[in-house]
Amino acid sequence: MIPAQFDYVRATSAEHALQLLGEHGDDAKLLAGGHSLLPMMKLRLAMPSVLIDIAGLPDLSGVRRDGDDVVIGALTKHGELAASEILEREAPLVAHAAGLVGDPQIRHRGTIGGSLAHADPAADLPSALLASDGWLELQGPEGTRRVAVDDFFTGYFETVLQPDELVVAIGTPRRMGAGWGYEKFTRRANDWGIVTVATVGGRVALGNMGPTSLRARATEQALARGASIPDAAELAAEGTEPVTDLHADGEYRSHLARVLTRRALTRAAG
Amino acid sequence: MRVNITVNDEPRSDEVEPRLLLVHYLREVCDLRAANVGCDTTSCGACTVLLDGKSVKSCTVLTVQADGHSVTTAEGLDGGAEELHPVQAAFRAEHGLQCGFCTPGMVMATVGFLSENPHPTEEEVREGLEGNFCRCTGYHNIVRAVLHAAESA
Ligand SMILES: Cc1cc2nc3c(=O)[nH]c(=O)nc-3n(C[C@H](O)[C@H](O)[C@H](O)COP(=O)(O)OP(=O)(O)OC[C@H]3O[C@@H](n4cnc5c(N)ncnc54)[C@H](O)[C@@H]3O)c2cc1C
Ligand code: FES
Ligand code: FES
Repeated sequence: MIPAQFDYVRATSAEHALQLLGEHGDDAKLLAGGHSLLPMMKLRLAMPSVLIDIAGLPDLSGVRRDGDDVVIGALTKHGELAASEILEREAPLVAHAAGLVGDPQIRHRGTIGGSLAHADPAADLPSALLASDGWLELQGPEGTRRVAVDDFFTGYFETVLQPDELVVAIGTPRRMGAGWGYEKFTRRANDWGIVTVATVGGRVALGNMGPTSLRARATEQALARGASIPDAAELAAEGTEPVTDLHADGEYRSHLARVLTRRALTRAAG
Repeated sequence: MRVNITVNDEPRSDEVEPRLLLVHYLREVCDLRAANVGCDTTSCGACTVLLDGKSVKSCTVLTVQADGHSVTTAEGLDGGAEELHPVQAAFRAEHGLQCGFCTPGMVMATVGFLSENPHPTEEEVREGLEGNFCRCTGYHNIVRAVLHAAESA
């Protein structure tokens, strides 16, 4: 399968990428790892007329501490997150989820910024960062703004990111020693999760239980009231509208959400 | 667009369309046919090559993304004084192939994997090759071959 024709330009800085976005308008797409965009272009589900390659931008890659947060450059690859010593110590949920994305070859190409911007409700990093109470730094023509992951996803493959904005960094509070849990239910190696559950610090995020990664609010509230893990986990699917597809029906997904939430919370408590 | 890519240690310069996939560049422009197209959907790993030493699926990389970088295919594996590279020799010794379609991808994924984890456990081998499918399903011998290659290195 061969993508439709497009022009290819390489950005040399974040400012240059923004300038190119401004010049080319809605027909242009940013290209990071290409592991969501290129498969869609090969199927001609996406036909941008211009690709703006940001993969080579200096300063947008790597993991560092900044005060109470760990800050991750948008172009950091999944494999680099999984191997990061800083994340391993201070945000192990994010490192662990990154290590479960696809397979090693995909983790050598795909980036955290691309994964969040793409906003697939089944993806691993959006839920891990939602549970972590993370944030994104977006850069646009008017400057930068910070958006909580809680406010970032608006619908199926939709976010508050504007067409003329760039995700430059992702942050998460440092949580050295905090209990965490991550459960990804798949039927075959290297599959997407049929349902995923991420938890840390009393927050619980579900993947593939609706149009976006979302919080299991009823479970969180029960935990805050002092409910037991099994009782709180029973509420995990409350208020969600999971889809039925060829992998699982909605009822089965709700069952998975309850079971995986119990496992993730038990892991976090242990 | 003009790209400068080092393919199997040889610098090349070619004029390519931006939409040319790396696997097609390797097979059709460079005439290197080891990397196969199996699924064409980033699933099977038959098209695996090394990009700057890291395994990637070349059906999901644009040639222009490899501009200024180096690519290694199974043809570029060097056995030194021996006929075969140690990973290839291990696949032969352990009968790690049947029809052979997945093999160039398996071998390149293995070379990349062992460079990151030179002394893997069996479980780590199985996880390390989870992006490569063998439709003849000869997985046991493939895993043995990888462990053999790790021991002989
Ligand atoms: C076979 C296969 C299996 C996969 N399995 C999983 C899985 O199990 N779990 C999982 O989570 N993911 C999975 N993925 C997706 C993978 O994680 C992608 O790498 C990721 O979703 C997108 O990152 P990218 O860097 O490749 O983005 P790209 O494909 O380059 O871009 C994706 C979108 O984001 C935009 N974009 C990229 N970077 C930025 C930025 N910095 N600012 C603004 N917009 C940006 C692009 O314009 C595009 O619209 C899989 C992919 C494949 C092909
Ligand atoms: S052909 Fe590239 S992964 Fe199957
Ligand atoms: S040997 Fe036939 S596909 Fe693996």
